[in-house]
Amino acid sequence: MVTRKFIGRRPTAATADRLPPGQFKTDGFPVLSKGPTPRIDMAAWRFTLSNGPRPVKSWSWDEFMALPRTVWQGDIHCVTTWSKFDTRWEGVTIDDLLADAGLAAPTPWLLALSLDDYDTNVPVADLLSGRAMVATHYEGEPLAPEHGGPARLLVPHLYFWKSAKWIKGLKFTARDEAGFWELRGYHMYGDPWRQQRYSSDR
Amino acid sequence: MTTGEQNGPWRDVKIERIEQLTPRIKSLFLELPALASHRAGQHVNVRLTAPDGYAAQRSYSIASVPGADTVELIIEKLDDGEVSPFFHDIAEAGESIEVRGPLGGHFVWGPADGGPLLLIAGGSGIAPLMAMVRAWAADLTAGMAQAGATAELQPMSMHVLLVCSARTPADLPFRAELLALEAARPEFTFIAVTTREPPPRPTDLGRRLDAAAIASVLGRWGHAPRHVFVCGANRFVEAVANGLIDAGIPAAHIKTERYGGA
Repeated sequence: MVTRKFIGRRPTAATADRLPPGQFKTDGFPVLSKGPTPRIDMAAWRFTLSNGPRPVKSWSWDEFMALPRTVWQGDIHCVTTWSKFDTRWEGVTIDDLLADAGLAAPTPWLLALSLDDYDTNVPVADLLSGRAMVATHYEGEPLAPEHGGPARLLVPHLYFWKSAKWIKGLKFTARDEAGFWELRGYHMYGDPWRQQRYSSDR
Repeated sequence: MTTGEQNGPWRDVKIERIEQLTPRIKSLFLELPALASHRAGQHVNVRLTAPDGYAAQRSYSIASVPGADTVELIIEKLDDGEVSPFFHDIAEAGESIEVRGPLGGHFVWGPADGGPLLLIAGGSGIAPLMAMVRAWAADLTAGMAQAGATAELQPMSMHVLLVCSARTPADLPFRAELLALEAARPEFTFIAVTTREPPPRPTDLGRRLDAAAIASVLGRWGHAPRHVFVCGANRFVEAVANGLIDAGIPAAHIKTERYGGA
């Protein structure tokens, strides 16, 4: 439906090509989270891979920071309709985590788990082949607490609620289990190019 | 699934009326009976489409009480905004926009959730909290009507504190309604916070809501909140949430909704 007398502010052609449908470009970095920014004791911080309830590998902060590091630069898209271009992240790819653990993914699905009891589901295939990392740095600086520091998941090809802040581990699941927002009406997969915002979106 | 059945279709919805709420905020009343079943705290998505198909969508929290005949959204004018100036300067009653929702299943409260309830708003962030206040007041009124003439059967009292921060007293949304509710209901406390002009009442605050101010407000209220909702621009919400944790409120009791740039 055309809205009477609405003109809008169109992005340039170059921006429009990179914007998924329904998104607008922002130069800021909005913050969205379900509660307060958690206070994290780095001495107690651990990153744990588990198969269902069973932990199979875990790293302290120092051990984690000694893993091979990767830089990724590109665009991110939030379901609240902002997109941010050319963001630069540094961290450890999921491929390198599994390699260090000497582990092949035991199931095709997992839940990313956060220190504030948030979780979100992502198919394992979407995290491998360099498509995702656990990011510890943003624009060359340690990741700020309100953006998920000390470490957050980065899955830039999905809506950004999948990129869990304050991540503490990955839990492989026998089936595709809904996480925090997925249980509250949001899409199970969340592809921005298909506008998979809510559960009823195809 | 809390919203799965309802989040689907975009609906053409008629604007019933538009009212100036504060110098910078307008109330948009929508003819949307299908939204009457929303839960206090939920939002809708609004989509505006230009003749060439270009569309912009934004989220706005619902300020009206669940069950109201019309749905009230409040829209602050952002001078460099794309969508809010349309509602302030161009949109008129009788015209239609597209709306999807109600949406959101986390930042919600209903009378059955109980209290004490602490609500802290920065400016137009009051919208979802106003729906909660109105839901609480409506439930109290319904309970009193049910109790009828037997005065000793007063409904259980539940305490609610709403703190709203704005630049000046004139920028405080819903101030008259909140003062009237406070005068009528001893369980309800309203504290205004003004950052650029003196506060309207001696019981209000004339400084930013930092940790010390939050501790003093909580001490004055005297109740330990079971549910805390904080809504506003991110910088405001971050400062308030940190102040609440410093004051000893468990993080798990605090729900936040943030908007605006970093």
